[in-house]
Amino acid sequence: MSETDTVVEARRQMEICNACRYCEGYCAVFPAMAMRREFTGADLTHLANLCHGCKGCYHACQYAPPHAFGINIPQTFATLRAESYAEFAWPAGMGGLFERNGTLVTAVAVLAPVLALLLTMALADPATLYTAQSGVGAFFRVVPYWLIITLAGGSFGFALLAMGQGARRYWRGTAQKPITSPAPVAEAAFDILTLRNLGGGGHGCNDVDDSFSATKRWLHQAMFGGFMLCFAATTTGAIFHHFLGWKSPHAFLSLPVQLGFWGGIGMLIGTTGLLWLKTVTDPVPVAKKLLGGEYAMLGLLWLIAASGLLLLGLRHTGAMGVLLALHLGLVIGFFLVMPYSKMVHGIYRGLALLRHAQEKRAA
Amino acid sequence: MPDFTRTWDVLVVGGGNAALSAAITAAQAGASVIIAEHAPKTMRGGNSRHTRNLRALHPAPTDVLTDSYLEEEYWDDLLRVTGGRTDEALARMTIRASQHAPGFLRDCGVVFQPSLSGTLSLSRTNAFFLGGGKALVNALYRTAEKLGIEILYDTEVQEILLEEGFAREAIISWRGFPERIRCKSVIASAGGFQANREWLRQYWGDAADNFQIRGTPYAQGTVLKNLLAQGVQEVGDATQFHAVANDARSPMCDGGLAMRLDCVPYSVVVNENVERFYDEGEDVWPKRYAIWGRLIAQQPNQRAFAISDSQALHDYLPSVFPPLKANSIGELATALGLDAAKLAKVVADYNTAVQPGTFQGGKLDDCRTQGITPEKTHWARRIDQPPYHAHPLAPGITFTFLGVKVNDRARVMMSDGKPSANIFASGEIMAGNILGQGYLAGFGMTIGTVFGRIAGEEAAKLVRN
Ligand SMILES: Cc1cc2nc3c(=O)[nH]c(=O)nc-3n(C[C@H](O)[C@H](O)[C@H](O)COP(=O)(O)OP(=O)(O)OC[C@H]3O[C@@H](n4cnc5c(N)ncnc54)[C@H](O)[C@@H]3O)c2cc1C
Ligand code: SF4
Ligand code: SF4
Repeated sequence: MSETDTVVEARRQMEICNACRYCEGYCAVFPAMAMRREFTGADLTHLANLCHGCKGCYHACQYAPPHAFGINIPQTFATLRAESYAEFAWPAGMGGLFERNGTLVTAVAVLAPVLALLLTMALADPATLYTAQSGVGAFFRVVPYWLIITLAGGSFGFALLAMGQGARRYWRGTAQKPITSPAPVAEAAFDILTLRNLGGGGHGCNDVDDSFSATKRWLHQAMFGGFMLCFAATTTGAIFHHFLGWKSPHAFLSLPVQLGFWGGIGMLIGTTGLLWLKTVTDPVPVAKKLLGGEYAMLGLLWLIAASGLLLLGLRHTGAMGVLLALHLGLVIGFFLVMPYSKMVHGIYRGLALLRHAQEKRAA
Repeated sequence: MPDFTRTWDVLVVGGGNAALSAAITAAQAGASVIIAEHAPKTMRGGNSRHTRNLRALHPAPTDVLTDSYLEEEYWDDLLRVTGGRTDEALARMTIRASQHAPGFLRDCGVVFQPSLSGTLSLSRTNAFFLGGGKALVNALYRTAEKLGIEILYDTEVQEILLEEGFAREAIISWRGFPERIRCKSVIASAGGFQANREWLRQYWGDAADNFQIRGTPYAQGTVLKNLLAQGVQEVGDATQFHAVANDARSPMCDGGLAMRLDCVPYSVVVNENVERFYDEGEDVWPKRYAIWGRLIAQQPNQRAFAISDSQALHDYLPSVFPPLKANSIGELATALGLDAAKLAKVVADYNTAVQPGTFQGGKLDDCRTQGITPEKTHWARRIDQPPYHAHPLAPGITFTFLGVKVNDRARVMMSDGKPSANIFASGEIMAGNILGQGYLAGFGMTIGTVFGRIAGEEAAKLVRN
C-alpha cells in the first residue's frame, strides 16, 4: 500500500488508539491493533477493511474533534478503504474509476438501461415489443435468449474475474498468509454473514448519533439477503431452463418467482432505509468524498429491485418488453461497474476478517 | 432560550458523572432539575469523559467483574493508599453503596465490558465502561434528556448566593450572557480546581506553569472557592494533587489517559541535572505510577527523562509519542539537551551496579543494582542494546484534594459544624472527605456515582417537603 496522506493520518490515529485502547470492546479492529506496535501501510489497510464503520469508537472518543487530536477512525478508515479498493483494482489502472465514483455509477445506471432499450428496439419486432406477451418463452420473444445469456453472463463473468483478481491482489498486498485450516474461514464467514462487528460489542451501533441501534445492521441484512435471494432466483431459473426444461415465465408461486419477489422486497426495504440513514446521520464521522459513490450504488440497487418487481407485476401487459429491457440493462450495468464500486467492500472485508481470524489463532 | 424566570427544584452545577448521577436521581424522584455545565456540548463531561472504570464491591462474580471483592478488602485497600487519612464511616458507606453503582449506571444506558487487555489488570475489582468515560457520559446525558432535565451547556456558575444559609439563586454566565438561575436546592458537582494555574501557583510557584492537566480545562474550582468563602467547611490538603508521569510532549490540558507513560520500571530516570532521584523499580507499576507525577513535579523545570534500550521496548504499553532513538547514550543525551558525558557516566555506573538475575516484567523480580544511590530494586537490566530510547516526562495532574466537607447524606457542612440547609455536593469536589491522600483506581467514579445518587435523592426529598 503506498504511503498516502491517508495512510500517514491513519497511522497517527492508530498510535494514539494503541496507547488508549478504550475502544477494545467494540469490534475486531482494536484487538487487531493491539497485536501491533508499528503500523505498516499494509497493516493499516487491513485494519481499515476490518472496520465496519459502525461509528461506535467515534462517539466514545474523548479525542474526537474538536479535540486537538482529532481522532475520527470511521472517517479515516473509510477513506483508506476506498484508496485500497483503487490500489488493488484489476486490471491495474482501473482504480482511477474510484475517483468521482458517484458520477461513474450514476452514468452507468442511466446509460446501461438506455442502451439496452435502444438495442432491444433495434433488434425486436415492434409488434412484439409493445404488446402483451404470454405463454412459454414470452421474455425471449422480446429479447432473444442468446443475447441475454451473452450480455448478462458475460458481464457477470467479468465482474467475478475482476473482483477475484482484486481479492488476490489484496491478499498478497496485505497478508500473504496461506490458508491452512478451515476454522478461520468458518469464523470469518460467520462474522460477515451475521455482521457481528456492526453489533458494537452487543448492543448495536451508532447509526445516527451517540444513541445505539441495530437499524443499520438489519437494513444491511435486508439488502444483502434480498440481493442473495434475487441471485438464487436467477440461478434456479437457469436450472429450470437448462436441466428441467421448464421455461419462463413461471407462476407467481413457483420457486424462482418467489425468491425474486421476496428478494426484491428485501432489497427495496434495505436500500431505501440505508439511503434514509445516510441523510439523517451525524456527518462528522462520515467520509464525505465517498458519499457520492455510496448514494449512487444504493440508488442503482434500488432501481434494479424496483424494475424487477415492476416487471413481475406487469409481465402480462404491453409494458413487459420495455421493462424487461430496462431491468436487464440495469443488471448488466451493475455487473460491469461492480468491481469498481462500493460493492467490493464485502470481499475485502471478508478477507480482512479471515486474516484477523488467522492472527488471533497465531497470537 | 431557557426560562430564567422559573424557580427550579434542583440546580446541579457541573456536567460530569457526579452531576449527572445526581440530576437523574433527583428527576426520577419527581424534582424539576436544571444542569449548568461550563463546557460546550462537544467537550461536556469534565474529567469523567476521560475515565475508564469504577471500583465496585461484589460478593460474587458478575457479568463484568470476576471473583468477589468484599467490604473488608476494599476498606483495607483504601486504608493503605490513604495512609489512614479518610473518614471511616463515610468510606464504608461508600464502599457498601458501590455494589449498586454499576446497576444504576446500566439502567442509565451505560454499557460495561469485560476487561480485555491494558496494563492494569483490574477486572476483579473494577467494572470497565465500553468505549470509556465519554460513552458513559453520552449515555447519562441521553437519560437526562429523556427525563426532561434542562441542560445548559457553555454555562458557568460564578456564584451561589446564600441567604441566611439558604442557597436561593446562582449567578451564571450563559453562553457569555450574565443570567441567574433561581432554585430551591443546589448540588455542587463541579470537580476540583486542578486546571486553575493561578490557584496552583499559590502553592507551587512557577512550577505550576509546567504542570500538564490531564483532564478538563474547566476544572477551575470557581464554585469550590465560592462556597469555601461563604462559610462552608473545607477538607483535604489544598497543596496536594494526584499526578502521574506524562509524556512531556503532551498538550498542556485535556491530553487524557493516553499521555501517561508506563516505561519507568524498565528504565533509569534522570532529571535535567542528569541525576537519578528515585528507585524506578520500587514496586509494580500499578502501585507506583501515581507517585511519579509528584516526584517529577519536584525536579528542576518539572522534567525527567526515562532512558532505556531496545530490549525494554516491548515490556510496556506503546506510547502516543514515539521514544527518541539514538545509537549511543551520548547522541541520545544531545537529542534530549542533556550533558552527554554525565549521562554516559550515569548509565555506565548503573550498568556496573546491575546484579545478575532473572527478568520478569510485571512481577517483582530479582534484577537489582548494588552500589549506586538510589538503588534500582527490581527490573534492573544493563542498558547496552542500541538503539537507546528516551521518553521525556512531565507531571500530569489528575485532580486536587481540596474539597467541601459533607455528611453521609451528601449535605455540605458549614464551618459551625451544622449541615447546610439546601446545598449538597458530589464527586471530586467532596472526594477529599474520603481520599485524604493517595488514590485507588476507579474510586473517583465510585464516589461520584454514590454521592451523586444520595445528593439527588436528598435534594428531591427536601424540595418535596
Ligand atoms: C485521564 C483521567 C483518567 C481517569 N480515569 C479514571 C478511572 O478510570 N476511574 C475513576 O474512577 N476515576 C478516574 N479519573 C478520576 C475521575 O475522572 C474523577 O474522579 C471523576 O470524573 C470525578 O467526577 P466529577 O463529576 O466529580 O467531576 P468531573 O467529571 O470533572 O466534572 C466536573 C464538571 O463540572 C463542570 N464545572 C466546573 N466548574 C464549573 C462551573 N463553575 N460552572 C459550571 N460547571 C462547572 C465541568 O465542566 C465538568 O463538567 C480519571 C481522571 C483523569 C484526568
Ligand atoms: S477511538 Fe479514541 S477512545 Fe477509542 S481507542 Fe482510539 S483514542 Fe481511545
Ligand atoms: S467498526 Fe466501528 S468501532 Fe470498529 S473501528 Fe470501525 S467505526 Fe470504530
